[in-house]
Amino acid sequence: MTASETYISIRGVGKSFGAFQAVDDVSFDIGRGEFFSLLGPSGCGKTTLLRMLAGFEQPSRGEILIDGQPMSNVAPNRRPTNMVFQNYAIFPHLDVRANIGYGLARLRLPKSELNAIVDQALETIKLPGYGSRRPDQLSGGQRQRVALARALVCKPKVLLLDEPLGALDKKLREEMQLELRQIQRQVGITFVFVTHDQEEALTMSDRIAIMAKGKVLQIDTATRIYETPNCRTVAEFIGTMNFFDGVVKAVRGNEIEIDGGPLGTLLSGVSEHRPVTGERVSLAVRPEKLRLLKSAPAPGPNMIAGRMGPEAYLGDRSHYYVEAAGHPRRIAVATQKLTRSVESCVDEGQGVWLNWTPEACVLLPVS
Amino acid sequence: MGAPGTSPLGPESLRGYLLLAPALVVAFAMLVVPLLALIVLSFWSQDYFTLVKEFTFKNYAAIFALADKPIDFLANPFGIFEKPIYLTLLWRSIKMSLVATLIVVLLAYPMAYFLVFRVKRHKLVWLILITVPFWTSYLLRVFAWKVILGFNGVINSGLISLGLIDKPLEFLLYNPIAVTGTLAHSWAAFAILPIYVSLEKIDRSLLEAATDLGDGRLRRFLRVTLPLSMPGVIAATLLVFIPTVGDYITPTLVGGTEGVMIGNIIQSLFGKANNAPLGAAVSIIAMLAITLLVCLFLKLVGPGRSSAKGARA
Repeated sequence: MTASETYISIRGVGKSFGAFQAVDDVSFDIGRGEFFSLLGPSGCGKTTLLRMLAGFEQPSRGEILIDGQPMSNVAPNRRPTNMVFQNYAIFPHLDVRANIGYGLARLRLPKSELNAIVDQALETIKLPGYGSRRPDQLSGGQRQRVALARALVCKPKVLLLDEPLGALDKKLREEMQLELRQIQRQVGITFVFVTHDQEEALTMSDRIAIMAKGKVLQIDTATRIYETPNCRTVAEFIGTMNFFDGVVKAVRGNEIEIDGGPLGTLLSGVSEHRPVTGERVSLAVRPEKLRLLKSAPAPGPNMIAGRMGPEAYLGDRSHYYVEAAGHPRRIAVATQKLTRSVESCVDEGQGVWLNWTPEACVLLPVS
Repeated sequence: MGAPGTSPLGPESLRGYLLLAPALVVAFAMLVVPLLALIVLSFWSQDYFTLVKEFTFKNYAAIFALADKPIDFLANPFGIFEKPIYLTLLWRSIKMSLVATLIVVLLAYPMAYFLVFRVKRHKLVWLILITVPFWTSYLLRVFAWKVILGFNGVINSGLISLGLIDKPLEFLLYNPIAVTGTLAHSWAAFAILPIYVSLEKIDRSLLEAATDLGDGRLRRFLRVTLPLSMPGVIAATLLVFIPTVGDYITPTLVGGTEGVMIGNIIQSLFGKANNAPLGAAVSIIAMLAITLLVCLFLKLVGPGRSSAKGARA
């Protein structure tokens, strides 16, 4: 459901703090009504980019346009954006009602009308009757909702969210993820959401921009980011990924044959990166796309023999770590738990075989 | 049981009092005892050279005794009292201190604001520079003002040498304005520091949130910065107002007859006038007046902080 109409346009934007390059020549567009996430490890420049959208930082280079209007000369209090801060920034000297109504004060609405708007907002965030509470009487989740309501009553064209769920516990976070998504659909405004939590970004976003060291590496939908990462950094950052390095032996039609050295011959289907014969490539396979075999299958490509390593029990599934001769890293294999067996299906130290189909893997250039 | 740090002397509270003991002893000996002595003294009386140690309301009666025939002098509302000097001077001292406090807070706030929000580096150096004048004694600082404002002082001789005036300006020194100005300067650091601390404590994201929600600089200041720095302003006000009402060094040096304050009369009652009981009574009346004003002030500007906390579910 990617919106076609461009609403925010980021053109060659860079930001340096002294010698440090926080954001480095970033260009992309965000559509109207889109739920767009900026995802990356801390220090990757995602918050700086968000703060430039809000107007709290001025880009050192480039231009940001919102609804076709260049923003460089627009003060933060005059931008069509509102922000939900990481620590919520609830005014401690005002009660909940005054906090939510804060941005409406300059409209000089009659008191009854203002109260009606605030009551409606309290209803939306499921905190009716909390108007006279003081901020220090609210829990983390309630503060988060108040911050959200305070920004939304201003009817911004773009809502900026700076890791708004970071301080909540896991259960509450999952609940708020769904609620945020629902509110976004209701009000239909553009959300730009900054997070370092990949699960959060994957479940909520229409599109995700993966950032690292000030650069945007890939912008795509959640599934495409997960299934077809365009570089090793993205593949490593999102979920777990196994990499097998090799040299391209032959490219035939829909299949690419790779010499994996001690791992034998590897076969890959075609993906975005089109290698040429003799090129060094990384073959990337997700743990859940590997098949774990307890007995040796018929010899063939994409077949690795190894020894069972430790198990990481995750509840809904387990990750087994397999050590293969001639491969520097442990290979992660995910197994579904179809029964309630508490026994591990394979013992540590036992010989196992791994196998996958050519379509299950992605070919990436060696970086 | 027997863990290191557990006092063999008994429960936690006892240990707390033991730790507090030196401070309690000092506070008792230097504060409670003199105050009690002052109260007792105010109910005794002086008969020329002998102190009459008998309970009497005489001193308080002397302060508040109404005159048989009210004096209508310079529209002084205290003319209705037989000895209007005490309450007149108390009222004047409070007025002068209030003005001085107002000036101090108004001057200190921008300084503290500048230090917190504009100075990016070497804040400590700036803070030390602000306190440098306070490294000399209070007496010397007040005396310096006498030198600055005096008949042949810095301002007058400077203006004369510039040819702007022919003869020295006489209104600079020995009046309430000189006292108020000197007090304001002398106590500036006591106002800057608490305001600095309260401004420094404000979470910067609150200011960004206010801007984000549409406030310009002035609105943001009035709606967020100022209310959140009120504890510092209140502290500064009390720190300056309370000690300046009773000050007698500044009025003695730069006040002249017009600038005499309640502290001067108390000093002379204990000294030259040799009427310590009356001095004690005047002191106590002054203390009560200040206490009343402070309570009134806190009631007005400290809007129910404690009651809101008390309502916490």
